[in-house]
Amino acid sequence: MNLRTLVLGLAAVLMLGGTATAGTLDAVKKQGFIRCGVSDGQPGFSNPDAKGNWTGIDVDYCRAVATAIFNDPNKVRFVPVSFAERFTALQANQFEILSHNTTWTMDRDVAQGLEFIGVDFYDGQGFMVRKTLGVKSALQLDGATLCTQTGTTSELNAADFFRAHKLKYKILVYQKASEYIAAYDAGRCDAATTDRSGLAGDRLKLKDPNGSIILPDTISKEPLGPAVRQGDQQWGDLCRWVLFAMVNAEELGVSSKNVDAQLGSTSPEIRRLLGKEGAFGTKLGLTDDWAYRIIKKVGNYGEIFDRSVGMKTPLKMQRGLNALWNKGGIMYAPPIR
Amino acid sequence: MTPPVTAAPPTAFHRKRPVKKIGVLGWLHANLFSSLFNTVLTLLVLGLLVWAVPPILDWAFIDAVWHGTTREACETVGGACWPFIFQRFGQIVYGFYDEAARWRVDVVYVFGAVGLAWLMIPSLPRKGWVGAALLTLYPLVSFVLLSGGWFGLPVVSTEKWGGLLLTLVVAAVGIVASLPLGVLLALGRRSTLPVVRILSVVFIEVWRGVPMITVLFMASSMLPLFLPDGLELDKLVRALIAVALFNAAYMAEVIRGGLQALPRGQYEGAAALGFGYWQSTALIVLPQALRTVLPDIVNNMISMFKDTSLVSIIGFFDLLGVIQAGATDVDWTGPNTALTGYLFAGALYWVFCFSMSRYSASLERQLSQGDRR
Amino acid sequence: MAITVLQMSKHRAAWRDTHWRSIILQALVLLALAVLAAWMIGNVTTALSHRHVASGFAFLDHTAGFGIAQTLIDYTEESSYGRAMWVGLANTVLVSVISIVLSTVIGFIVGIGRLSSNWLVAKLCTAYVELLRNMPLLLQLLFWYFGVLAALPGPRESLTLGSGIALNNRGLFIPLLVQQSGSWLVWLGIFAGIAIAWGLYRWAGKRQHDTGHRPTVWWAMLLAIFALPAAVLYATGVPFTVSWPELTGFNYSGGLQVIPELAGLTLALSIYTAAYIAEIVRAGLLSVARGQHEAAQALGLRHTHSLRLVLVPQALRVIIPPLASEYLSLTKNSSLAIVIGYPDLVSVFAGTVLNQTGQAIEILSMVMAIYLTLSLIVSLLMNLYNRAHAGQDAR
Repeated sequence: MNLRTLVLGLAAVLMLGGTATAGTLDAVKKQGFIRCGVSDGQPGFSNPDAKGNWTGIDVDYCRAVATAIFNDPNKVRFVPVSFAERFTALQANQFEILSHNTTWTMDRDVAQGLEFIGVDFYDGQGFMVRKTLGVKSALQLDGATLCTQTGTTSELNAADFFRAHKLKYKILVYQKASEYIAAYDAGRCDAATTDRSGLAGDRLKLKDPNGSIILPDTISKEPLGPAVRQGDQQWGDLCRWVLFAMVNAEELGVSSKNVDAQLGSTSPEIRRLLGKEGAFGTKLGLTDDWAYRIIKKVGNYGEIFDRSVGMKTPLKMQRGLNALWNKGGIMYAPPIR
Repeated sequence: MTPPVTAAPPTAFHRKRPVKKIGVLGWLHANLFSSLFNTVLTLLVLGLLVWAVPPILDWAFIDAVWHGTTREACETVGGACWPFIFQRFGQIVYGFYDEAARWRVDVVYVFGAVGLAWLMIPSLPRKGWVGAALLTLYPLVSFVLLSGGWFGLPVVSTEKWGGLLLTLVVAAVGIVASLPLGVLLALGRRSTLPVVRILSVVFIEVWRGVPMITVLFMASSMLPLFLPDGLELDKLVRALIAVALFNAAYMAEVIRGGLQALPRGQYEGAAALGFGYWQSTALIVLPQALRTVLPDIVNNMISMFKDTSLVSIIGFFDLLGVIQAGATDVDWTGPNTALTGYLFAGALYWVFCFSMSRYSASLERQLSQGDRR
Repeated sequence: MAITVLQMSKHRAAWRDTHWRSIILQALVLLALAVLAAWMIGNVTTALSHRHVASGFAFLDHTAGFGIAQTLIDYTEESSYGRAMWVGLANTVLVSVISIVLSTVIGFIVGIGRLSSNWLVAKLCTAYVELLRNMPLLLQLLFWYFGVLAALPGPRESLTLGSGIALNNRGLFIPLLVQQSGSWLVWLGIFAGIAIAWGLYRWAGKRQHDTGHRPTVWWAMLLAIFALPAAVLYATGVPFTVSWPELTGFNYSGGLQVIPELAGLTLALSIYTAAYIAEIVRAGLLSVARGQHEAAQALGLRHTHSLRLVLVPQALRVIIPPLASEYLSLTKNSSLAIVIGYPDLVSVFAGTVLNQTGQAIEILSMVMAIYLTLSLIVSLLMNLYNRAHAGQDAR
């Protein structure tokens, strides 16, 4: 919503008060774009370049939703929000999708008004230390000082880990990513701790990225995924199946490069995915070529992974848990049928 | 320093030559070395300056890097990294504002600068009209230009506003909105209607009693919950509302000071002329009260301007936010980037605030001259 | 005030008219306010219940589960969120009190320095005020915090003073006195010594007032302050042990650690606020009529004496009210701690706890209420002070 419509609509809405909401999908179609809450600078997930163009997995997921609805990956407005305000902002409908490498936890799902629609990145919490420290395992961190960011699960996981292993620690919590990295870089703490994917990005922001390593230990489960507001089943379904379509496409070998050729495929699974059989898009409130458009314009899950965080990017992350279930990972999507 | 006195004829008034009070030496003696204590102080301060100033200058200018386009240029040098500022200058001034639309920001900057200069240069005519235009027409035109959506201007959403632009927008809205609100609150606090008075007191004291950061948190993560579904206030609008209300409370107290300082006779005179409450307030009381506290109002504006930097904590990329984000950006992170950025931001803030404080001081002088009867 | 004057000047019917009009106006204001409040509360309740968001204050008793870097009161990860709030509040009070003392000292020095007859000192003090008053505190805080961190060495290259004191980028480590049973007797001895010394001082003043002769009491005072506690210390068998900081593993442990966040925040707050205090002090000193100083000189008082006995007491009356409001804004400004990770009330409670529980409304209301209470207490004290001194002023 831009300022003009806001000012014009303000008076009308104030008089109407809280009238019943139309479905999110209808509202989005009327508005002409989706709004997507992302982090304010996390390489590989959502990161604006100097010109304000956003890239990363979280960003591409939102582009996929936009493509499914509008056939245009640019019909997204990215709303950067901090860790601290992301949930209230979603509850208050500041955006339709929160794609903010958010860990799916029970409390958030049941008591904070969020509905997680799936996992687009399986992660775990790790530690980054300076090489000069000579530490090889997180268990050697007894008495260490940790730096992390406020509003994350990392704060609690670190406490759990050190308590469980009867180790002593001190933790410093910063409000913003820039301060947390600057503090680690200034030597204020022995280890930085957050999701491993986050650490990979943070390491690049150090003055000397090669002077620090990420320890092999993973101390928690961090299933990261997009979330929508509770209460709109149709919108939740649409968002969920956009994610599943991208994973299914990779499993079926359909990519942005071969998707046009695959239109002629005889495999019933591919035909259902690309809208040649069945009316799955219509059931979501879209057109039946919804997944074709996503794959054509944004790509399948593997493509997104590779260009955002994969081995050819500065983050150099292995697929690991995020490989497909039949390739040694746990990335798995229910079938389209 | 005993002068040769051989040539001097012996007189009855045989005393030491008076200490020289003019010339360089005389000045030095009077101002720096008048006593032992003063001499020690002078030497201490000189020592402090010699110890502190040259390294700072070295770092900022002599050892600094001036050319380059990436972080590599600054990696090996122990001085300021100015290419960071040069390369990121567009972001520092406009934020992520669409490049094709930046002329709109420039127009707003130029109008604002010309308008302010007009008000401050004493010899220019029609100050009343210019001031009124600056308070009413100018915000309107700026709003249209900056946000777009009218007259075929493409919309630039507020997430893209940043840098100095955002700092100035927040400061300007805070200043322009807090004045009328502050006047109303100050009048409310002195009202004879108990409900109005109590509400004004509560409003003023609550806002003045809490830190600005909690007010901003409230605007960013609590206020949206109080609005119905379908009414979404832009995040910037919410922050601006918070800043305006917060500053209005402080402004109200400044203006109340002016109202209290007004001699009772003025109120009585207005009543004798048969003026009603609003007439006497608008025509007699307020003009005088505002005039007396004008320097304090400007001082208050300085505080507001500095406080705009707090919006970076709730995720806005204002002047400070843009520099902070840039300093940990993969392209520019380095040993001296952040410090260079802070130095530059500090200098910019300082120029704005110092000019305002000079202006306030000159107003104070003018006013005190006017009062000399 | 304007209205009372106007009201009196009008005849009866009109007075009635105004009277009723004002009542209706006030009723309307109240009504509008009530409607607005009801509307907003209605919105919140629907929003929260619709999306199954938890509300209420039950979370205060839930286990916090996170660690805090500086705890003045007992706290572990098993403590409750409510306990975490008190930890944060204690840290806010600590940093505020230290900064208030430090900023007052710097502020008085700079303020008096601006009026110095020494040109260089006066100019330097002016430069201090003009430089620091015109830059945002947040910027200065970032500068001091990261500046301090950058200047300090890592734990293994610590700057040490003897074996007991170490300084590195994890903080300042000094030996800590650990109290054993019976230590309260020593504290009692110290307080008693100070009380006795104070009594002696008062007695000497009274004697001087009555007889014109001041008895020499300084040695007795010293004896009371030092010898008495020493004697108690000896008698109780020194009920203290010293915990020395030692380099173990990553860092020093034991002793007392002053974390850099506390140091950075204290530095920034005191140096910034001192610029304002300096201006208040200068204005206060200038407000004392010139004749007072000349009269003091004419009485043969030396400069320091005239400052201490004549100028400062008069200036203080002008200085103290604005000083109190500076202290208040310093306390509120300490909430910027959140930026550098100092665990103050806002950082712990409105930062971590808010994010873990998601209960923004409850938590922000509590934080604002706490600051408001602090402000009201200080305002109350100030009003009492003003009332006490109003009688002395020739107003």
